[in-house]
Amino acid sequence: MALTREQMAQRVARELKDGYYVNLGIGIPTLVANYVPADMDVMLQSENGLLGMGEFPTEGQLDADMINAGKQTVTARRGASIFNSAESFAMIRGGHVDLTVLGAFEVDVEGNIASWMIPGKLVKGMGGAMDLVAGAENIIVTMTHASKDGESKLLPRCSLPLTGAGCIRKVLTDLAYLEIDNGAFILKETAPGVSVEEIIEKTAGKLIVADDVKEMTF
Amino acid sequence: MAGLDKRVATYEQALEGLTDDMTVLAGGFGLCGIPENLIAEIKRRGVTGLTVVSNNCGVDGFGLGVLLEDRQIRKMIASYVGENAEFERQLLSGELEVELTPQGTLAEKMRAGGAGIPAFYTATGYGTPVAEGKEVRQFNGRHYILEEAITGDFAIVKGWKADHYGNVVYRNTAQNFNPLAATAGRITVVEVEEIVEPGVLLPSEIHTPGIYVDRVIVGTFEKRIEKRTVKA
Repeated sequence: MALTREQMAQRVARELKDGYYVNLGIGIPTLVANYVPADMDVMLQSENGLLGMGEFPTEGQLDADMINAGKQTVTARRGASIFNSAESFAMIRGGHVDLTVLGAFEVDVEGNIASWMIPGKLVKGMGGAMDLVAGAENIIVTMTHASKDGESKLLPRCSLPLTGAGCIRKVLTDLAYLEIDNGAFILKETAPGVSVEEIIEKTAGKLIVADDVKEMTF
Repeated sequence: MAGLDKRVATYEQALEGLTDDMTVLAGGFGLCGIPENLIAEIKRRGVTGLTVVSNNCGVDGFGLGVLLEDRQIRKMIASYVGENAEFERQLLSGELEVELTPQGTLAEKMRAGGAGIPAFYTATGYGTPVAEGKEVRQFNGRHYILEEAITGDFAIVKGWKADHYGNVVYRNTAQNFNPLAATAGRITVVEVEEIVEPGVLLPSEIHTPGIYVDRVIVGTFEKRIEKRTVKA
């Protein structure tokens, strides 16, 4: 069975470490916040200028001046700090964020990522995605393994305009967890009940099955 | 202190000198921390041909979106747009030019503009459409592109509190691009919720020192929420 969105978030959360500063993108990455282990202290960075994003507010706490990068109303947790956008991206570009999780349309064997522009469709912009992928050492891309039409999103070469070049090393799809190394996807983990053969079939880029490939458990 | 008293009484005075074809830097992220009354004054003045530099372009009927209604914006420099139907229409019809800029690069362009740095190298955008036509250089084996600073004829800024000297503090994440825009305007206008007596704001807590600010005005704000999310 392919992973649900919640399971994907749960799997990403296993990459968290106590004391991490983490930037979570919109969509599945946002859900990761729900699976931070209780014994860990993790500070969430929101690129509009908030380090220490908290829960959504109650009606009484609702504050138009307190939003996240997805423009949702949020709260600040204990120990949070707030700053301007240049400062926020200094943290990101300067490599101070320990883990970045974001979605994508395509990833390729060279670690290129395309996530912001589909030619012929209206382009709304890259927001902070280009800065995030350029600045972070440790990035996990979350996406479905194939498009709705069954086209692989793990490619020999991205077909869409890039968000960043050579910056992705880890990909979690609904079928597998893979790492990118030496011009290939390395299959490290399969979703429960998903065969290695199915993943090979749905991966267009060069794929190497790791010797110690294992099935995820939840 | 008259020479350093930045207060003006009317929005008309606040934007005196704003004319057609100027470049306006605007603070705000989405609808958070936007100078809503200064935007309304730009609309009232009817100036056209503007280049507007802002992270976003508001929504239909609010924020910078209202300047689209009378086609006052010729060119928009932003990181994320299209939350409004009119924007989309003008973009597709070619009436509006858009220069999409990565968010961190946009912030740094304003910061650099205000700090007298004409350009800077960044890894952001290397190998992407953003790098097209830009100088590339390697430092320590990594590729960087040269990005030029941005300055504006006017900067329009939303603060929380200011004093007569134009010292400004921002509230929560309504800070965002505001302090950066404030540094990079030839004329910087700040509208705030409250003007306090000099000495009330702690010197060590000022976000924007008054040296960057030319005019301060107090206004009332709707503070519309774009995505109202509350705990279940």
